[in-house]
This record gives sequence, structure tokens and C-alpha cells, in this order.
Amino acid sequence: MKTSCAVFTRLLLLAGLCAFPFATVYAQTAEATKPIPPMQPVPSAVPGRPDVPNAEVEKQLRNTPPLPFPVAEDKLPLGDLKVPKGFKVEVYTSGIANARSMRMGDKGTLFVSNRLLDKVWAVVDKNGKRENKVIAAGLDRPNGLAFHQGTLYIAEGTKISKMENIEDNLDNPPKPVVIYSDFLNHQSHGWKFMGLGPDNKLYVNVGSPCNICEPPETNGQLRRINLDGTGAEVVVRGVRNSVGFDWHPVSKELYFTDNGRDWLSEDLPNDELNRVTKQGQHFGFPYCHQGNFTDREMGWGRTCDEFEKPAALLGPHVAALGMRFYTGKMFPAEYQNGIFIARHGSWNKSKKLGGDIIYVTLNKDGSVKSFKPFLTGFLQNNGYVGRPVDVLVMKDGSLLISDDHAGAVYRVSYGAATKVAAR
Amino acid sequence: MASIAAVAAESAEATLNSCLVCHGDAARAALPNVPALGAQPFDYLTIQLYMFREKMRTVEPMTAMLAGMKDDDLKRLAAAIVKLPAPAPNSEPADAARIERAKALVVQHRCNFCHNRDYSGQQNVPRLAGQREDYLLKALRDYKSNARRGYDATMDDVLYPLTDADFQDLAHFLSRQR
Repeated sequence: MKTSCAVFTRLLLLAGLCAFPFATVYAQTAEATKPIPPMQPVPSAVPGRPDVPNAEVEKQLRNTPPLPFPVAEDKLPLGDLKVPKGFKVEVYTSGIANARSMRMGDKGTLFVSNRLLDKVWAVVDKNGKRENKVIAAGLDRPNGLAFHQGTLYIAEGTKISKMENIEDNLDNPPKPVVIYSDFLNHQSHGWKFMGLGPDNKLYVNVGSPCNICEPPETNGQLRRINLDGTGAEVVVRGVRNSVGFDWHPVSKELYFTDNGRDWLSEDLPNDELNRVTKQGQHFGFPYCHQGNFTDREMGWGRTCDEFEKPAALLGPHVAALGMRFYTGKMFPAEYQNGIFIARHGSWNKSKKLGGDIIYVTLNKDGSVKSFKPFLTGFLQNNGYVGRPVDVLVMKDGSLLISDDHAGAVYRVSYGAATKVAAR
Repeated sequence: MASIAAVAAESAEATLNSCLVCHGDAARAALPNVPALGAQPFDYLTIQLYMFREKMRTVEPMTAMLAGMKDDDLKRLAAAIVKLPAPAPNSEPADAARIERAKALVVQHRCNFCHNRDYSGQQNVPRLAGQREDYLLKALRDYKSNARRGYDATMDDVLYPLTDADFQDLAHFLSRQR
């Protein structure tokens, strides 16, 4: 199989370009929309599994998923969760096992997805009391959700489907109708994150099917398609696995989180926050990590100068997932147009890091100024009492946070408004 | 075959008897490609039972057997299975060259990071020691081909660079571990 490097080179020659290939993205897109045979990945020479000195440390490096059952509401660790002065955190809803991505419908329905399980849920608020309903089941890792003009879009492992007029039919939901299925079938980073761009296209991550490898041409990218499933094209490459992105409310630039490789070091590499300024940019995977060092296996003969630098380094192995720009009016002015990011929490690190929501402040030019913890407490005694996945700004300006270990959604509000949605 | 729900009124131990018709125990051999259940971790068992019930894993007759069972029934059944003794290892003669190759693979790919150094398994990770050789080979092949989806993506990730010849050596070795 050709490496992506070889294909890039060939296309560069064809296009007669010497800069990194913005124009060639379209040529690759034509390739990407052809039917794709089952994946036969090329093994990496070294599988990236390290020597670890003792069995006790090994035990701290296990990635343990939750059982497929939600934690009862009265057992949720609400008392452990800390927010800055003036903010308040409460349980928005519970009982949604493996609660993952969240999207809000036009009529106020909260949609919540699964990754390990097979369902998509609708949460309806009736006078401050929340009712949870399964609107689709039997799906294949339906992690990605997007909503546009009454239609819910669901990205599964190998397809994107839609449910029209969903908010009018929550008790009798239509079967999802497939609109796009041009994905390889792989478990590793095979689930999708999805969002609706300011251009009204569906953006979806197509993750790298491994910890560290040369991904197939069709993977390691963000892709966008029209709402009817046509016109697929590559947005950016060099992505290991992005599970969160959003667009700056003013500049409309796309920012995305990317999870760094495992098994390199306790302290490296950092997960990245990236900023897309041009279509076709390459963000380094698998050759360069965190913009400043080459991979110990895939990076030989490469330099990080070939690739885009991250906008921020978010911590080693923290699993930076969902992110949203804050566009609400409830929080203090300093939060306007900054980014909330959910750090799911490290597993490939003996001293755990993350399990929190951080707040990123941007400079006027869109670069990152700083970030600080916003909601903490999911990490207790080097273990997790919950794992935050996605964040969502509600119409009233409060912030929802999903937790896929406890199967719950939390709500953070500020000031007098904290009382409005009390249950 | 009758759904286990039909006998849900019975104790989980009684229900377990219908499992052992195919899965085998000290007195009965398991059917080909059907795993031994003894000494598997509770979380692994619960998750697999859940996946069969929800048709996230499709192996007949498992889905039919578990239809109608409640979450608590699954947990009770898993708790009963946990008490079964570990299976006796494969006593067929071992091929020394294959054992050596498998040992090297285990080290290189860190199988025992999650499965434990004695392959006893933990939490959501199954016991491998003494498991049926044909089942181990089938499981590895099915993970690799996506015929069997994992609860999470770990096995797909680990098996990415491994070949069918590797799987045969690993199954040969692991089925002979105590």
C-alpha cells in the first residue's frame, strides 16, 4: 500500500506545486469518494508498546471502560465537583449510560449520544423536570451528532444518517436514513465526532485506526460533506483522533482538539488544541507531536517544520474531547468567545491528569492566551468518579457537561440565574 | 431453545446449568469454539452478557438465551459464573517453537498489561489462561476482521500489526497456561 507521503508527492508533481498542497485536497477528495475496499492496514514496524519496570505501574496504565449501566442519581459525585465562585453545578439528568456528545434541537430537546453502547437519547425539559427517551437503538458507536433545521444527523462507525422532524416525533421516531457511508470499518478510533459548520456542511473526524501508524489515505483527517451526503472533501490532515471541534463565533475559524499518541512517555506527548486557518493543512500525525518533536518510530527523516503548530498544548494523555466557544450571556464577560474544553482524563499515565473542564482565553488575533481549570473534581485519589466528554452552551447561557462513566449530564449556571432551572 | 427469561424465577445457579450444556464444566466438554466460563472476571462477563442481549454481539443462541433478562438478572448470572473454577489447561503436547514465538509476541505486544502477568484477566479484560485453543483463535481472528466488535477498541488497536500465524501461536500458548 502507498503511504500518504508518497501520494502527496505524486499529487504535488501533478499539480506542479511546491507549497503544501491546498489545491491537491480536491484531487484527493475524488479518490476518497470512490468505494473503498476493506482495510488492510500496513503494520507499523514497532507497535509502540513500552517496557514498564514493574507490575504495579502496569496496573495503573489500564484503560478501563465503564459498565453499561448508569449511576443512580443519588450516587452521583455532585459534592466532589468544584466550580469558581458565583457558579453552581447541578445534575441536569441521569440514567443515560455512556452519555457522550450533546446537541440541542431548535425546540429545546437535548440529544445525547453513545460511543460504547448503541443508543441516541432525547432529553425533554418539562417545567424543570427532565424526561429521557431512547430515539434510536441498535446503532454502531453513534458518537457523532449534529442538528440542522429540525433534522438530527447521527455519525456511527461507518455511516452518517439523519432523522427528519425529530423533535415533533420523539415518541414515534423515524428510522435513521443513511446519507453517507464512505468510511473504513475499524474499531480503533472508529467512532466519529460530528458538527455543523457555518457553511451548513457536516464536519466529521475520520480517526487514525491505531495508536501510532501511517494511517490509510482515507483516515487521519477531518472531512466535510453536504447535508445530502454529497461533495465530501478533506478539510485537514495529520489528525490522530479528534473528538471535539467548534467554530469561532466571530472569525468562523475551525478549532479542534486532537488526542496525542499513547505509550510514548508518562509526560509526553500533550493533547493539542488546533486552529485551522486554511483548508488542507496537515497537523503532524503520525510524524510530529505537539508541534515540537518527531515521533520515535514514524518521525525519522521528518521535521516538525513541515506541519502546522498547535494553538495550545492541553496536557499529556488528558484526552481533550468536547469543546465549545462560549457565546451565552449568563457567565461574566471574561468568558465571552473563549473555549470550554472537556478533558476526559488520562489513562496512559500512572499519575492521572484531567477529568475536568478547562477554560481557554483567546487573544484578539485568535491565538491562545492562556487556560485555567473551570470545573474540577472528577479525578479523586488518582481515579475517576466521572469522565467529562462534551460541553454544550444552552440558550440561557448555562453550560451542560456529559459524563460517560456515570451516565449523567451536569449543568453549570452563574449568579441569580442558578435558580431558574433548579429541579 | 427456551429463553432464560422463561426460567428467570429460578436461581441464577439453576439458570447457569443451561449455560454449561454448551460451555462445559469439569464433567462436560464444551462445544467447539465455545469458551470455558470458569474464573472469568465479573465485569467482563456482565459486559458480554449485556452485549449479547442488546445484539451488540451476535452469536446465536446467546441473544435468544438472554432475551428479556433485566440488567440485574445479567449481574446475578455473572456473579454465579464467577464462582466456577478456572478451566483445566490444554493437555495436548505443546510445540516448543510455537510456545517460544508466542512468548515473544506476548512481551512485544504487552498482552499481560491488561490480561495480567498470569493471564487471569481483570475487570473488563477476560481470563486467557487455560481457555480453549479453538475459541482463542476464533476470538483473535474475529477481532481482527471486525466480525466481533469489542466493548471498546483496545483489541483492534493491539491486533493491528499482528498476523494469523501470530494468532495461532498465541492460542497454542495461552490455552496451555494454568
